[in-house]
Amino acid sequence: MAYSDKVIDHYENPRNVGSFAKDEDGVATGMVGAPACGDVMKLQIKVGPNGVIEDAKFKTYGCGSAIASSSLVTEWVKGKTLEEAATIRNTQIAEELALPPVKIHCSILAEDAIKAAVADYRKKYGEDDAAKKAAD
Amino acid sequence: MNPEFTRNHFELLGLPVAFALELEALERAYLDLQSRVHPDRFASAGESERRVAMQWATRANEAYRTLRNPLDRARYLLGLKGFDTGEESNTSMPADFLMQQMEWREAVEAGRAGDDPAALEAVRGELAAARREMQALLARALGGDRNYEAGCSLVRKLRFLDRLEEEIDDALEAASEGRP
Repeated sequence: MAYSDKVIDHYENPRNVGSFAKDEDGVATGMVGAPACGDVMKLQIKVGPNGVIEDAKFKTYGCGSAIASSSLVTEWVKGKTLEEAATIRNTQIAEELALPPVKIHCSILAEDAIKAAVADYRKKYGEDDAAKKAAD
Repeated sequence: MNPEFTRNHFELLGLPVAFALELEALERAYLDLQSRVHPDRFASAGESERRVAMQWATRANEAYRTLRNPLDRARYLLGLKGFDTGEESNTSMPADFLMQQMEWREAVEAGRAGDDPAALEAVRGELAAARREMQALLARALGGDRNYEAGCSLVRKLRFLDRLEEEIDDALEAASEGRP
């Protein structure tokens, strides 16, 4: 099966690989795994005081499509509010990377990872600042 | 004699519908059924009788293969109880389990890069211990506890361990091929 150029690009030059220090302020982590293929994905976001995601990092063990999906998502979430980040759908990821049907589950994993990171942030820090401001 | 397609794998082999299973009993039940329905016995029978015998033999093989493997048996039993193990769709696993997976994968990657079979074998040992523990929990969840949700979660975890073991095997194979 041939990978698309975009997958190969993200796979060979993954963006934002690594992790933040555990105690760093505004950091939240989403970890997910796919039993059928054994892929593990860790996605971290660093949220600024204004409720906007300033930075993101990932570490993924899995195939090229799983690595590319998480790499792409870390690029996409930067500059987004938590609410916006949580609206990213696997179909957008799959479309951008031209994933074949058998690799759609990799994009689902990436969507679930960002959702899990947002959920972790809300659990750790309460509702995000942006949402609070909107409610005021 | 019809293959009775409505009967499940356990019933087909005359075994109790339960996760706990003596492999010897399974073996005996399978051989017994197979000896009665084996296509060779129907070599001189009519066309339709031979076809029915073939269907029986296929069903018996499938039942035996599914029940022999603990993970396949658990998944099948959960299916009978109306539970989907969600191995293809459920990505939310306990954080500590996933952290452990990450650590093991890092160790496997390091072992592969450093061409260090001993390190790979060490991970495999840890993996085997974790699997034994989870299989015991699975037997309890599907047995006395009848906790099928927990059973589904354990099937997902065990599936994960299977995949990791395949990776370790690949790495060990690559390591041995690199040797003179």
